[in-house]
Amino acid sequence: MGTGGVSQAAARLAAKPGRAPQGSSGDRHVPGEPGVWILLFGDMLVFGVFFATFMYQRSLAPELFDESRQTLSIGIGLANTLILLTSSLFVVTAIRAIRSSQRLAARWLLVGALACGLAFVGLKVVEYTAKVNEGHTPNQNAFYLYYFILTGLHLFHVFIGIVVLVLLLTQAGKPDLSVNRMAFVEGGACFWHLVDLLWIVLFPLLYLVS
Amino acid sequence: MTLSLFRARSTVVWVVLVVATIVSWAVGSEHGTGSAIAVVVLGVAVFKVRYVGLDFMELREAPLLLRGMFECYCVVLWCVLAGMYLWL
Repeated sequence: MGTGGVSQAAARLAAKPGRAPQGSSGDRHVPGEPGVWILLFGDMLVFGVFFATFMYQRSLAPELFDESRQTLSIGIGLANTLILLTSSLFVVTAIRAIRSSQRLAARWLLVGALACGLAFVGLKVVEYTAKVNEGHTPNQNAFYLYYFILTGLHLFHVFIGIVVLVLLLTQAGKPDLSVNRMAFVEGGACFWHLVDLLWIVLFPLLYLVS
Repeated sequence: MTLSLFRARSTVVWVVLVVATIVSWAVGSEHGTGSAIAVVVLGVAVFKVRYVGLDFMELREAPLLLRGMFECYCVVLWCVLAGMYLWL
């Protein structure tokens, strides 16, 4: 019986190394709920069509698009790109903080991301106001029509993203998150990164290469 | 405590993305129409999109199908935008 116990223990020990590779391959997981990715890819595809439509319109009047591009506030566009990149770093670091149960750090990081989101909106308001005061409106030409449509749609995503960040902030303070709540947090974080991702394409498309 | 959280790959990626943004701004803001620089600037943008997906959205550790779909999106996006810029 004693020998049997030892052999069973040996069998358990022998089985442990075998579980390691299985566990590491099983570590691949969908960030957030799988359904979130239908929304995210759908958004990416819709914006992809908008990007292609913009390029087609540009091909019809490249000089007009280039002249109009040079009237944009490129400094604000650059600042907003850096602001969203920084917000994404805060969010991904906040997720790491939640996983390691550093709740206070997670909340401060999400507050930082929220501040970045609000700064983006503030700069966008400044930019829109300046453009309209200079006489650049959607009625002016095709470039400005697409500029206001594309940046307006993106700004709508920023507003949704800010609401999502507030929801994440409420979850980050909880001592223990269930699997479902953690999936919600990861999915919300991915939505914010999508906001960043879309602007990463919009900035060069509108401000640099049109 | 918070600073130790930033000792991660995502922080390095953020630095690379910031540098790539500033370089593409410096290179791309003053070129004329029809410039090949525009294609490079679009390429840098898609490069940045890919790293946002892999390291911020955590698709690097996602199932290969999901990661593959995202990688395909990046390739198709660059091909479509660069192709339309050059040939339309």
